[in-house]
Amino acid sequence: MSDPILSVKDLRVEFATRSGPLRAIDGVSFDLNKGEVLGFVGESGAGKSLTGTAVIGLIDPPGKITGGEIRLEGRRIDHLSIEELRRIRGREIGMIFQDPLTSLDPLMRIGDQLIETIITHVAVSRTEARARAVKLLEDVGIPAAAERVMSYPHEFSGGMRQRVVIALALAAEPKVIIADEPTTALDVSVQAQIIALLKKLTSERGMAVMLITHDMGVIAQIANRVAVMYSGRIVEIGPVADVVRQPAHPYSMGLMGSIPSLHAEHARLKQIPGSMPRLTALPAGCAFSPRCERADARCKVERPALAATGMTTSACFHPVTSTVAEVAG
Amino acid sequence: MLAFLIRRLFEAALVMIVVAIVAFTLFRFVGDPVSQMVSQDATIAQREALKAELGLNDPLIVQCAHFIWKSLHFDFGISYKFREPVVNLLGQRMPATLELAAIASLFAIGIGIPLGVYTGINRDSLLTRVIMAGSLIGVSLPTFLIGILLIYLFAVTLHWLPSYGRGETTSFFGLWQTGLLTSGGLRALVLPAVTLGLFQLTLVMRLVRSEMMEVLRTDYIRFGRARGLTNRAIYFAHALKNTLVPVITVIGVEIGTLIAFSIITETVFQWPGMGLLFIQSVQFADIPIMAAYLLLSAVIFVTLNLVVDILYMLIDPRIRVAVRA
Ligand SMILES: Nc1ncnc2c1ncn2[C@@H]1O[C@H](COP(=O)(O)OP(=O)(O)OP(=O)(O)O)[C@@H](O)[C@H]1O
Ligand SMILES: [Mg+2]
Repeated sequence: MSDPILSVKDLRVEFATRSGPLRAIDGVSFDLNKGEVLGFVGESGAGKSLTGTAVIGLIDPPGKITGGEIRLEGRRIDHLSIEELRRIRGREIGMIFQDPLTSLDPLMRIGDQLIETIITHVAVSRTEARARAVKLLEDVGIPAAAERVMSYPHEFSGGMRQRVVIALALAAEPKVIIADEPTTALDVSVQAQIIALLKKLTSERGMAVMLITHDMGVIAQIANRVAVMYSGRIVEIGPVADVVRQPAHPYSMGLMGSIPSLHAEHARLKQIPGSMPRLTALPAGCAFSPRCERADARCKVERPALAATGMTTSACFHPVTSTVAEVAG
Repeated sequence: MLAFLIRRLFEAALVMIVVAIVAFTLFRFVGDPVSQMVSQDATIAQREALKAELGLNDPLIVQCAHFIWKSLHFDFGISYKFREPVVNLLGQRMPATLELAAIASLFAIGIGIPLGVYTGINRDSLLTRVIMAGSLIGVSLPTFLIGILLIYLFAVTLHWLPSYGRGETTSFFGLWQTGLLTSGGLRALVLPAVTLGLFQLTLVMRLVRSEMMEVLRTDYIRFGRARGLTNRAIYFAHALKNTLVPVITVIGVEIGTLIAFSIITETVFQWPGMGLLFIQSVQFADIPIMAAYLLLSAVIFVTLNLVVDILYMLIDPRIRVAVRA
């Protein structure tokens, strides 16, 4: 297997607060291979977005990467200068945010926003950048692209705007795209189109994608592997089919319960009681242990590391190894 | 666009008519034009004759229409004190005030916007704290005090700049006396312009700063950063431009304020502008000048408002759409 395009090792992100640092990302490691779509799922506040912003170097103070390393094609990028990081953003790693309605500068024609992005990263003339801008709009499926470059963002619908956002993120042909809930703000009818578009574009261009979402359906549709996050850690990672069908971590099992249609017997799983602990009150051992039916004394004091468990890799002392029925017992 | 302009012009005309009625009321009822114009020992018959001649016996509505009609032809009557047509007096004084206001505005905008941008970007730097503390002084010290302090420092103590008057002026076709073409005239402008513009400078700066901080938090700025745009593009092409609509609104009103209410500064610096003329006319109850000044101020504000509205449309495509609809 070839080297991963993006490799994150033991990433740690902390927020400096008056009462000491809050560890929001704690020891996250994963590899993203060329052409691969790696999904990130987990409850709100699990640290999915923060992982993405850390990779692209956009964490706002008081947040800070305080440990670990991020490598892009083998080269460390987590401690580059501001200017070096800027050149990587858009050019090597692109990012798409949740809300297409607010992601575009309302006062600038979308063509100019595209041209500006292209010229920032690629040594081309304005005319050529303009031709590329039209081509990009065509690629993302905007009708009459040659005329639409002159339009302002408010002249597009939400779905069309998200297509423009995708065109902008792809403008300088990055190798990695971080898509943070790219469809959450859109109408259900449009969501599937945008996901299909993302899938098509990234596979055509051989781009690797970090796809952050709450929607397991979306993951099942386009991701190759999926990472389940909980309290700033990856608790399980593996091929989508395996994580969905045979999750090893009790938390993943609970999550998969939210998509009964994918796997009928999970429909019987009850909702996970309780909620994710706040960063200020993290338990000593496994962060999920207070909500876990399988937790024992060890789980409360010792933190499990990621290890191969059945088909996937998970961080649990008592992984669900064979059938779902075991949970009940 | 054209329909919008016409509508706006119509609204402006309405505002002007209301102001004209107020000015007329002032003109007609506050002063007594007859006793101001005849000598002490004029007979009652002479007074009545003058009254008839001035049209003061006509119905009020006719008098008011007459007043507005004459105003439209720049006929604001004769000053009681100077015995000269008011329009000539204002015409002589206007260049001084407009030049002062223009330089003060340039000073306020030219320094206020960059400082606002800087302090908006570098929210907590040491320099930002110094600037913000300094701007508090600018807001809280009264204008006359700033003027006097500046005179004391730069004119009396250091002898760098003149303390009063316009200095040397040159004439444009006998119509416009300008102080902008001679070094003496320019030097004379410095202290009054700084005094007049200082408050506006701090206002513009604080507004630009808060708008910048607001805009820098938006998603499109974040997305711009995620695309690797340079700081220059982020700060100026995107952030600053998005702050302009509210900033221009305030600047428009403030320029009007500078022109119409330069009275204090003109008094402190004995600046021979309209403000000084106005203050003298108040002392002498010189009603025609006051009425004309009121009308002129209204014209200035209405015009600036119109300019601001047009600038909005040039800046923000969403407003253009709203206007077209
Ligand atoms: N400025 C901040 N100060 C302190 N904590 C923060 C700050 N910003 C984010 N966090 C914390 O970081 C953690 C991770 O947040 P993140 O936005 O990555 O969650 P997420 O998994 O993307 O959630 P969602 O699904 O709601 O988008 C959260 O617990 C949040 O409270
Ligand atoms: Mg998020």
